[in-house]
Amino acid sequence: VTSVRIFFIGGLISYRAMFGWLSPWILFPSLVVSPICQILLFAYIGRAAGVGDDEFYVIGNALNYAAIPCLFAMGSTIGGERESQTLGIVLTSPARRIPLFLGRSLPVIANGWGVAMVGIVAGVVLLDVHIPASAWPVLLLTVVVTSASCTGLGLFMGAVALRVREVAVLGNVIFCVLLVFCGVNVALVDLPAWMAAVGEWLPLTHGIQAAREVAGGGSLRSVSGLLMREVGLGVLYTALGLVLLRYFEDESRRHATLERV
Amino acid sequence: MKALLHQQWVCYRLQLKVLSTSLFDGLLAVFFPLMFATAALMVYRLADDPEAMQYVGLGAVIMGMWTCQGVIAASLLTRERWAGTLELLVAAPTSLSKILMPTTLALSTIGLYCVVATFLWERWVFDLRLEVASWPLFLVSVLMAAVTLAMLGFLLSVTAVRYRTSWALGAALEYPGWLLCGFVIPVASLPAWIQPLSWAIPTTWAMAAVRSSANGGSPWGDLGTCLAVGAVYAALATWLGRRLVDSARRNATLALT
Repeated sequence: VTSVRIFFIGGLISYRAMFGWLSPWILFPSLVVSPICQILLFAYIGRAAGVGDDEFYVIGNALNYAAIPCLFAMGSTIGGERESQTLGIVLTSPARRIPLFLGRSLPVIANGWGVAMVGIVAGVVLLDVHIPASAWPVLLLTVVVTSASCTGLGLFMGAVALRVREVAVLGNVIFCVLLVFCGVNVALVDLPAWMAAVGEWLPLTHGIQAAREVAGGGSLRSVSGLLMREVGLGVLYTALGLVLLRYFEDESRRHATLERV
Repeated sequence: MKALLHQQWVCYRLQLKVLSTSLFDGLLAVFFPLMFATAALMVYRLADDPEAMQYVGLGAVIMGMWTCQGVIAASLLTRERWAGTLELLVAAPTSLSKILMPTTLALSTIGLYCVVATFLWERWVFDLRLEVASWPLFLVSVLMAAVTLAMLGFLLSVTAVRYRTSWALGAALEYPGWLLCGFVIPVASLPAWIQPLSWAIPTTWAMAAVRSSANGGSPWGDLGTCLAVGAVYAALATWLGRRLVDSARRNATLALT
């Protein structure tokens, strides 16, 4: 029961406390204006270059922007606690680490999903992108899966934040890597082979492919392979993140370096 | 005059050192737009049109300057507030305007790093050799972009003084600037109702001047307009800065606590 409480209640409190999403002065510019503008930017680039259609850029960039809350919220799991000087207290608590950190990821997945959906709906409204009504349920599921896998990468980043001081820089660098390598604006087949190979091992890539296929009329069955790979990568990064957290936590205790970075 | 120049130089040099050693302001401010420029270049490359690559290549070189200025300038005074030094700046005998202008010029200098980095990146990674008809005019246009962006940054920093989370505003200005200033898409391709907003930004004119000087045209008309628009922003920022500081002193609201 304690683990369940830590998972749900602890996760929610931590999320609310660390992010202050409740302030519209942060929420609106960061998670509404910016994703819409990124979508518009690349849709207009596509039009000017005569490459791709609006739907391609709307889906790619909306899902790409979902990575922002997923990466930054999970990074702040460590960085925010350190700034508030509560990291030591959290890590000396007897709470089991898996519910402690995974609980924090649940609201983040919902947040990432919301951001991506704001982007997709804005694309539909502003750019007149047509997504068939029958595609929406599977599209919603695809976005959930993609947000979850990005949150796995975010947890991994959170673990690295035990050793890196500049969490904001790290998050932005990873976001840019996802932008360039995951087929956000250039389909994987058009990327250089080595970039496509890297993209195959990053979250987002298969989620974007699946979402584009679904928006183009594909069924859940036709994208199930892509979704399974997206889930697999999410689980992989989550597991790596938890292992790394444990390792760095032990190292920090042994060498008294928790607050030194 | 000598004392003013000395103060400006000391302030500029100090701020440039601070910015250059910051991973966020020095490194990320160059890396982030460079990656977006990369994404734009990759899209245009699919069109296999050398003229389009020249177009986007020139814009990509300049777009990082917007990030360095717009994103960071909006939160300049908030950062001073966080550091507990805003009151000291306001209480100093040197006016706030004389402190902010060299600071935003230092931000523009980081933007110039970005120009060089993107230029080299395009050459090495994309094998894109930009054709520039007149290098002196091209350099004048780039420097004009830097100076007028500093003026715009000055206005942004002053207007955001009462905005507690101005960093979020700064971050949100990044993409609209890239959209509006004609870096990687022609301003004419935007909806007609939004184009006047583009022309009200000095960087749009600076970008047009950069393209003219690269294509063999005369950039002087665009440069003149760019300077005029930038000067209006600087004058507005000076006036507004004085009013806002007076108001903050009178109402004891500088700390926003």
